[in-house]
Order: sequence, then C-alpha cells, then structure tokens
Amino acid sequence: MSTTVPELHLDVADTVPIPFWRQVRVEFRKSYDTRAGFWLLATIGILVGLVEGFILIATLVQESPVLWSDFAYTAGGITSLLLPVLAILLVTSEWSQRSAMVSFTLEPRRSRVVGAKLAVSAIYAVLTMVAMLVIGVVGTGICELVQPELTEWDFDAKLAIAFLVSQLLTMALGFAFGSLLLNTPAAIVVFFIYWYIVPTVLFVVGELRDWLGDLLEWFNFQASLQPLVDWELNTGEEWAKLLVSGFIWIVLPLAGGIYRILRAEVK
Amino acid sequence: MIQVDHLSKSYGGFTAVDDVSFTCQPGRVTGFLGPNGAGKTTTMRVMVGLTPATRGQVTIGGHDYRHIPNPGRHVGVLLDASAQHAGRTGREILTLGATTMGLPQSRVDQMLELVGLSKAESKRRLRNYSLGMKQRLGIAHALLGDPSVLILDEPANGLDPAGIRWMRGLLKGYADRGGTVLLSSHLLHEVELIADEMILIGHGRIVAQGDRTSLMAAHRRSALTLATSLDNDKLAAELTATGHAVTPMGAGLHIAATPEEVGRAALAAHVVLTDLRDGGANLEDLFLELTSSTQRDEIGATA
Repeated sequence: MSTTVPELHLDVADTVPIPFWRQVRVEFRKSYDTRAGFWLLATIGILVGLVEGFILIATLVQESPVLWSDFAYTAGGITSLLLPVLAILLVTSEWSQRSAMVSFTLEPRRSRVVGAKLAVSAIYAVLTMVAMLVIGVVGTGICELVQPELTEWDFDAKLAIAFLVSQLLTMALGFAFGSLLLNTPAAIVVFFIYWYIVPTVLFVVGELRDWLGDLLEWFNFQASLQPLVDWELNTGEEWAKLLVSGFIWIVLPLAGGIYRILRAEVK
Repeated sequence: MIQVDHLSKSYGGFTAVDDVSFTCQPGRVTGFLGPNGAGKTTTMRVMVGLTPATRGQVTIGGHDYRHIPNPGRHVGVLLDASAQHAGRTGREILTLGATTMGLPQSRVDQMLELVGLSKAESKRRLRNYSLGMKQRLGIAHALLGDPSVLILDEPANGLDPAGIRWMRGLLKGYADRGGTVLLSSHLLHEVELIADEMILIGHGRIVAQGDRTSLMAAHRRSALTLATSLDNDKLAAELTATGHAVTPMGAGLHIAATPEEVGRAALAAHVVLTDLRDGGANLEDLFLELTSSTQRDEIGATA
C-alpha cells in the first residue's frame, strides 16, 4: 500500500439537495420525450377528438338531446383506459431501457424518484379531469348554439371529483403493476387482464355459490369503485369494500413494487 | 479522495469482489485494470450506491455516495454508456441530467462541444449512435455537473484511436487541474499511458497496485537484457568475464543481466551499443500473469 494519505474531504455543505419539484419536472419531461410516451399521449388526444367529434356531429345531424356529461364522460372514459399505460411506462421504461442506473446515480434517494413518478401520474389525472371539463364545455357549447332547447348543462362538481378520484386510483393501480413487474409488456398485459377479465371471472365464479359471490365482492375493485364514480358511496359496506379491494389491488402491489425498486440492484 | 475499504460483494456463493482496498488521490489518474469479470464494475457500482456491499465500505471525499447532496455536482459517473433510453436524443439525455442537477441549458451545449458531438449528432436518437458516440455522450454526461471526482467504467471501449487519444488528453488535463479520476479497463495499453497509479484486480482480489515503475520493480524476477552492439563478440567476452550468461540471438545478444550492467560492460569494453532493451517481463506479461486464473493462487501464496 502507498503511504498514508490524509483523509481528503469533499465539501458538500454548500450543496443544495435536489428539490422534489425539480425531480417532478424531470419525470414529467420523461413522460413525453420518448416516442412511446409521446404517441401514447397523442393517441389518447386523437381518439378523444375523433369520438367527441363523432358525438357532436351525430347529435347535431339527428337533432337528438344532449347532456354536458355525454361529452365529459366520453373523454374521461377513453383517457382512464389508456392513461394508466403511461403510469406503467413511467416506471418500467427505466428498467427496460436501463436508464434507472443514471436516475438513481443522480438521485440516490430512490424513494424521491419513485415519489416524483407518482406525482407525475397524479398530475396527469388532474390534467385529464381539466381536459374532460373543457371538452364538455366546448362540445355542449357548440350544441347550445345550434340547438339550445335540446342541450342541457347538467354539470355536477361532485361527479368531476368522483372522476378525479377514480382516475387517480386507476393511475396508482397501473403504477403499482408497473413497479411490481418492472417490465413494460408484462405490466400492460396484467393491467388489461385486470381491467377486462378479472371482474368477469370474479362475477362468474361468484355466481356459483351465494356465499362465494358475497366474498368475492371484497376482491372486485372495479365493482367497488362504481358507487364512487356514481357518487353513491353511501353505506359503510360500500366504503369497506372499496378500501379492502383497493388495499388488495393497489396498496399491496405498490408496496411490494416500491420495496423492490428501493432495494433492487440496478443493472 | 475515493477510499475503498475492505470491500466484499458476494452473490450467493459467488464472490465478485473479495476484500478490496485502495485509494484514489486528487490530481492523479488511477487505472483500474483487470480482465472481464474481475470485479471492476461491481466495485464501481458499489461506489455509487447502485449495489449494496456485502462487507466493507467506500467513501468519496469522506462521504457515503448516497449521502452526498446532488451528487452529480461532485462526482461524475459513467458506468455504461448504453444504459440510457434508446429513444431519447443525445441532447435530451443531457438536458434531463442538467435539469436534475439544476444546471442551465447552456451547460448542455458546452459539454456537447467539449466531447465533439455536432449539433446534428446531438439531435439523433441514442439507438442510432455508434458505441464511440455513446461513450462521448456518457463522458459529457459525467462532466455536466463540473465534478471534482470522475468514475468511469471502460470509457475507452468503442472509441477509435483518435478518440482514445482525445480522452487521454481530456482526463490528464482534468487530473492536472486537481480532479480525481478512476477509470477501469481490461486493456493495459489504454491505461498505462495515462494512469499515474494502477490497481490490478483479478477474480475479485487486488493482485498488485502502484505506479508503473514500482509494479515492475516489485515483480521483477531474473534480469534479462537484449543488446546489440557494433562488436557483439567483444561485448559477449566482457560480459562472460564478469559472470553473466550470454547467448547470441538474431543480430544481438540475450544477456542475463540488468540493462545497467550491460551498459557498464559496454563502457568497459569500449563497444558502441546500438540497441539496449530490458527483456524482462513487461507490464503486459505481468498483468496477464497476475490476473490469469491458473496462476492466481500460486501468486497469492508466494506474495
């Protein structure tokens, strides 16, 4: 060994740690600066535009009555199906593209990077709600001008809030699957299996026996979410089912996923 | 500046890094040499907190890397130039890094210029980059935050000869300004021209360390010199008389003596030397011998 070297100190006292908002800004930018992210967002926009345009034209041509919520919920429905894929990509692309190595080298406090990604998911949920309201206003406004007597402004703030909450929960679910699997195709497949197949399977299996059906309702997050979306979350049992199924589908995978991310050896 | 202290890392029963200790000092380039799979990358990954150590620790300037605030401003890291999203442009990758570290966009342009990536190249996506271009981008990324410590894993990999020379100059200048540089390589000739200090690692263990001269001196066995002169017979006679074994080889002589002894013999015999070379094991032989699997235990036992 060489002769003893005096401990050379790196003075870090004056260095400001990376503030959380800056990490959020970076993660937000990452959500749209790749082709996958950009085209996913563009696809959502184009789809919403096409469907809303179709509804608008069909309404005006057929002179049928239209509600504000027709426009708003169509936009909301389309985005809530595709936006969780963005939440998945936020997490999994760091692994499949191995950029997590760089992200966690620049910010070794990994929980802050994960937190920033979660915050970006929440920002998108809020943006969707705003977009949904705006599209509702524009669509209904055009109908109001053309056929005022057939158009109804049934705006209800409660429903917008309910939509936001369910959108936030769906984003969290996508994020949870993504962080648990850390693999883009697998997480997307599992997400859509969850979305389309799990409720059906739970329902069909539940039909076999009454007690089984009652039990499985506690596992059906989508069904438990419905009263919230309709703003009819009245009974204690409905609340309990939402909490229990939400715990099973969101909290457990998210906790497992975050634990994995924080501990994983990043290659 | 970088202090590796009895570091070990095992994966199940496999020991990737085995009780490794060394220091890297400011103002010096430290070369971390070893064949593929010797434990260089694992050691560097532990340094920057990507891999947890099984035993021992690494500090940079007295800190655990994970406790350095905004570490990109103090330690520049390049572990794998391909570990970036292939769909981002070079400029975008640097922009993300600069934003994270809180640096102005102008820093991105400066770094692109420093590493010689043109405006057009910076707008191409990473998947269309050659390995050499990725390395340049990775070096630019490591230098973004104007760090005082650089940790580079195989930075010369994929660079063309002109690129390697460029990098050598860049790192030398960086160390001359007081920076600490640790770079790894499995190619000796990439490192021996630039490293002030070399750490040789094989099978997870450090087998030798020091500067070039001390490495050679510590591992010198029997002296061997190759010499050619205007009168080989006279020189051979002089050397034999002073007790050195001499065998003719090609146009010259193969002598069991140090170059100094041969030089003195030539002086005494008034013979003009036209070529005088140390024929003992060169650094490359030493490197291969120390890091090869078959001889590892023998060397470990006799050292």
